[in-house]
Amino acid sequence: MNAIIEIDGVHKTYQTGDVQVHAVRGISLRIERGEFVAIMGASGSGKSTLMNILGCLDRPTSGRYLLDDIDVSDLDRDELAEIRNEKIGFVFQGFNLLSRTSALENIELPTLYSSKTISAEEQRRRALEALELVGLKDRADHQPNQLSGGQQQRVAIARALVNEPRLLLADEPTGNLDTQTSIEVMGIFQKLNAQGITIVMVTHELDIASYTKRNVIMRDGQIVTDKLVADRLNAEKELSELREAQKAIKLS
Amino acid sequence: MMRFLATIRIALRALRRNKLRTFLTMLGMIIGVTAVIAMVSIGNGAKSQVEGQIASLGQNVLSVFPGSLSSGGARGGWGSASTLTPDEAELIAREVPGVVGVSGEVRDRQQVMANGLNWNTMIQGESPDYLSIRAWGLSEGAMFSETDVRSAAKVAVIGKTVADQLFAGNDPVGETIRIRNIPFKIVGVLTSKGVSFFGSDQDDTVIIPNTSAMRRVTGRQYLSAILIQASAPKEMARIQTEIATLLQQRRSGREPDFTVRSQLELAEAATATSRTMTALLGGIACVSLLVGGIGIMNIMLVSVTERTREIGIRMAVGAKGKDILLQFLIEAVTLSVIGGVIGIVLGVGISKLLATKMNWPALTSVTSILVAFVFSAAVGIFFGFYPARKASSLDPIEALRYE
Repeated sequence: MNAIIEIDGVHKTYQTGDVQVHAVRGISLRIERGEFVAIMGASGSGKSTLMNILGCLDRPTSGRYLLDDIDVSDLDRDELAEIRNEKIGFVFQGFNLLSRTSALENIELPTLYSSKTISAEEQRRRALEALELVGLKDRADHQPNQLSGGQQQRVAIARALVNEPRLLLADEPTGNLDTQTSIEVMGIFQKLNAQGITIVMVTHELDIASYTKRNVIMRDGQIVTDKLVADRLNAEKELSELREAQKAIKLS
Repeated sequence: MMRFLATIRIALRALRRNKLRTFLTMLGMIIGVTAVIAMVSIGNGAKSQVEGQIASLGQNVLSVFPGSLSSGGARGGWGSASTLTPDEAELIAREVPGVVGVSGEVRDRQQVMANGLNWNTMIQGESPDYLSIRAWGLSEGAMFSETDVRSAAKVAVIGKTVADQLFAGNDPVGETIRIRNIPFKIVGVLTSKGVSFFGSDQDDTVIIPNTSAMRRVTGRQYLSAILIQASAPKEMARIQTEIATLLQQRRSGREPDFTVRSQLELAEAATATSRTMTALLGGIACVSLLVGGIGIMNIMLVSVTERTREIGIRMAVGAKGKDILLQFLIEAVTLSVIGGVIGIVLGVGISKLLATKMNWPALTSVTSILVAFVFSAAVGIFFGFYPARKASSLDPIEALRYE
């Protein structure tokens, strides 16, 4: 089995007005199946651009990108859309749920655009299964504005999982969440990763990154550090410690 | 197919989410289609009324009218010449092939008396062919005969109005009516024909043999007109020329003092007028459909901008350009088609209301309904395409970042 992500000498340049922005400058990266990687870096380091390329939302200006053994560097818009639908689940910082649409319908969204024909019952069944996985089965009919931030992000994760993708891409998934819900979300990621899903996430929070297995740090469009996480945090353990501490505060 | 149905569901859900806006956008289409249906119905109604009135003049009818008479430099108007004679009417019947009926006509207004009442009405001297020429029937009695004409018999067939005025519900057949104090025996009563195309009451008439009219009533030796019925519409042009030639031969070299008119000319002029009216009304209504279509385009453009993020989300999870295109196109077409259907219902309703309450001759045709429906769908596709195209060509990254 080959790596799920293999990028080789990828460059990306933008033209913004008269200025040419060289956002990604020759990155090569290999991510194996079952890895849990955090891509870190200051804003402007090119991590979002890299993430867009990894997510097949954008094409590299030059270089090669193999996703699940498919060369996606020069696929057209529609082919990329198909790849996104089949192989990738997205989780965004701002959740990006459809407003005034129930959690279940939000989760069903990727199944609507599947190239395989999926019956309405099958869509519903899969959506419920995904919702159960993130522990929100009782919120199926709630609309995003009736859910807390943490719950919304869990719905978004369920949506990312519904087409059973090989790869989960998360762009600052905890950026809009408080500490406890952040840890809860990381707990879900750790659980999914344990089940074999490869996860790549962008974050600028060091403590969040330490829940992953591998940290890649970028600066000025290049990778400066790429190391395995030595003392990995366990979300479940951290959560129970946090709860103990809260209890102690209440008691005193 | 599944995907198509799902896209329809998505589009309908989006429309339901913004009910007031959806309704207001549809209103443009509703008003447009209602206007088209109602206007075309009214136009068609007027057209068929005119056609009916023309048909009541009789079928395939040609008329010969006397021309103008000049005496000492003063030129009289049409009809002033007294040259059409009963002989000529007979000549036409005998000589021109394809003629199925001829009636030499004498007209004169007279005071008539019967039953102790009197009434001023039109006295028409005709031949027995007159009723078949005018496609007119009798409600009671019978038409006078050829023998009556030859003997200048004192018999009359009276119109409905005259019967009502002088006999008030009693059967007039067998009664006597006095014209210029000469007693005529009533042998028949005509069915009601109503108001003519020219606005006069066709039932206000007394018909007597033309010989009797000339000898006993007017004392003149010429006819007011000759009515001729052709066997078929396609014969009319030929018969018209032949009659003109025949009559001109008798006048050997003199200026023609008569004119032969075909009912076709009248019918054509009248239908052309009402066709123009229908086209005009339909044209005005189409403009309002166009305005409705622009309204849809406007709202769809607003909607695309407003839902840029939604489009980004859909694209991120795998929607292709054509999925987005279809979604917005279906929204636009749904707006226009539902608007169109409501418009059709309203338009038909208004036509019916005008027909019953105001006695306007509105006539709704299935064609106009079908055309309105297809047209409204076409408006949706036409005006929805540009916004949908715009939505489908958005860049997913830009769209996701849109605030």
